[in-house]
Amino acid sequence: MTTAATSLRSRHLLGIAGLEPDEIQLVLDTALAMKEIGTRAIKKVPTLRGRTVVNLFFEPSTRTRLSFELAEKRLSADTLGVTTSGSSVSKGETLLDTARTLEAMAPDVIVMRHESSGAPHHLSRVCKASIVNAGDGMHEHPTQALLDAFTIHERKGRLAGLRVSIIGDLVHSRVLRSNALLLTRMGAIVTAAGPATLLPYGLDRLGVQVKTSIDEAVDGADVVMMLRVQNERMRGLFLPSVREYFTVFGLTPERLSRAAPDAIVMHPGPMNRGVEIDSAVADGPWSVILDQVANGVAVRMAVLYLLAGNEE
Amino acid sequence: MNLLLKNGRVVDPANGRDGQFDVLIADGRIARVGKDLPAGDARVVEVPASAVVCPGFIDMHVHLREPGQEHKETIATGVASAVAGGFTAVACMPNTTPINDQASVTKLIVERAAAAGLARVYPIGAVSIGSKGEQLTEIADLRAAGCVAVSDDGRPVATALLMRRALEYASMFDMPVIDHCEDPSLKGDGVAHEGPVAGLLGLRGIPSVAESIMVERDATLAEVTKGHVHIAHMSALESLRAVRAAKARGARVTCEVTPHHFVMTDDSLERNGGYDTNMKMNPPLRGRADRDAMIEGLRDGSIDAIATDHAPHHADEKALEFDHAPFGIVGLETAVPLCLDRLVHANVVSLSRLVELLSVNPARLLRVAGGTLAEGAPADITILSPDREVTVHASTFRSKSKNTPFDGWTLKGAVAATIVAGRVVYVDRQSGLGLAD
Repeated sequence: MTTAATSLRSRHLLGIAGLEPDEIQLVLDTALAMKEIGTRAIKKVPTLRGRTVVNLFFEPSTRTRLSFELAEKRLSADTLGVTTSGSSVSKGETLLDTARTLEAMAPDVIVMRHESSGAPHHLSRVCKASIVNAGDGMHEHPTQALLDAFTIHERKGRLAGLRVSIIGDLVHSRVLRSNALLLTRMGAIVTAAGPATLLPYGLDRLGVQVKTSIDEAVDGADVVMMLRVQNERMRGLFLPSVREYFTVFGLTPERLSRAAPDAIVMHPGPMNRGVEIDSAVADGPWSVILDQVANGVAVRMAVLYLLAGNEE
Repeated sequence: MNLLLKNGRVVDPANGRDGQFDVLIADGRIARVGKDLPAGDARVVEVPASAVVCPGFIDMHVHLREPGQEHKETIATGVASAVAGGFTAVACMPNTTPINDQASVTKLIVERAAAAGLARVYPIGAVSIGSKGEQLTEIADLRAAGCVAVSDDGRPVATALLMRRALEYASMFDMPVIDHCEDPSLKGDGVAHEGPVAGLLGLRGIPSVAESIMVERDATLAEVTKGHVHIAHMSALESLRAVRAAKARGARVTCEVTPHHFVMTDDSLERNGGYDTNMKMNPPLRGRADRDAMIEGLRDGSIDAIATDHAPHHADEKALEFDHAPFGIVGLETAVPLCLDRLVHANVVSLSRLVELLSVNPARLLRVAGGTLAEGAPADITILSPDREVTVHASTFRSKSKNTPFDGWTLKGAVAATIVAGRVVYVDRQSGLGLAD
């Protein structure tokens, strides 16, 4: 047995790709303690008092940004929000210059979302602050995968050996990539299914089975995780129409009946009701979608605490 | 001044020579090659037995950026980089600002190159006005001004019809049409080779077929028109198959490969913490099977030339997100060490075959002087120290730009000196050659 991690080995959280299983376990264990704080009458602890966290969002985001903000506030950090639409290129300042400007204000953590894969890796090479990736392009969304794992563990008591099926627009999904990395690393049996026009390369390297039939993917699954299909993919060359997508890939109660009897249904949000998921499923007894939102705060508190709370 | 290069190993495949010879240079030309030549009034240069004297290397694919993008490179810094890398001549692509689509731009390039006075510069004119793919350029006029080939490089020759007409028209002047093979719809907004590495890094893919489908188109059109198409910077296994098949049918299809495509693979995208923009080029670094195919093509002769696609970019331009950084790397000052280390010392090709790839064939493909140490030929000579180890230091490049993925690499094989028209234009002081002034 190797010694279990008591801290994260990197000062950044750029992706699940950089985490060992014991570090993933550490985040999940820490999140359990953080979740308890959220049940108190006074939901605030002084852990990050005097620390500064910048939320740097280059892409519109509601739930991830709010979830981080709430996590930071519950830990008593000072927070700054920078939300800017469009790429740094289009507004004439480079990402590095934006980062250097923020760095001059000496933040401890920069939580960052960006439309380009690898943008946080780029910043991590020049910034003194810890970088937390809150979603980079089509690459990773590590805190989403951690909160998904936390939610699965909460319901199922384990990750190893579970059959998890991830369904939807695979190629454009950072949620898929982070979940595939995390779940396979923790011993789950992962299947990914989506239209043949939206399959990414490389999943086989992670040991993920790739299918183009939702029925085959749902069959016997313990966890069914639906991915959002963005509207702009619904015209043109990826997919012919919303209607056809729902017919071929929408998760309906009938389709879900092939899953394990106690299967849970997840969605990272925001949902397209009637596109990838039927409302009867989203609002039904299988759904843990709102648990995911609640757990997101606890998991992000855990990540911030592990990166910024242990110093000195 | 006349020079007598004494006792070097002369590798001159055009004349079937590989052995210890003296080379006498007089009035900018090769006067004699033979044993124990009398020096006369020539300055005698003792060449170490380990050094190799060969016809000057010609890089048939570079971007000199002038006019218009002088923050990346100028003709003067570009040719300084060329001679430091062992190249006595370069052919420069037309995607400058403005594009080299008319004789006035060609003349400017020729004049600036003459003023710089280091390597020879052969301009390549645009196929279409503005490289927009709509109207043929005045190719006869471009040729008269000094262009040796036409290309819309940076972009593919846009339509099959334009390629057909360009091949037909350029063949009247015995000029090759050089194509950057890429189907724009299949490339899309891709930034890296479509495969598992880009897939897991979340980088949009450029599939191999985006290249090979254009190679197939061009090969078919070359066959129909009897014109000469030259495939620039070939990178994919499927493209090489198409070239081999076309050559077997007798079509006039030739191709080049860059050092980075026979040395590196897309695994490099994960190096240096990932997303290093010096690993971003077009065509992209491809998979292992593609890289191995390029090496096999060099070995078996189906690849005609090695060219660098020297593509200087300012450090600020490369310091962007991977998606936004420009494609391309500099190559002039690393090509020869990479070739010697990875091809000659790895026993992929002989020194003689390497000289064909870097000198004889580029001269033949572009119909320019060079590629030979025959008596009377221009004295364009590259001298190599094949066994000397060098470490690449981008900061010491003569090129204005330092965007290389090879910084810090140690390679076996160096350039000792470069001679253009009998004039020593570059000497490596550590080479042991008595040429340093």
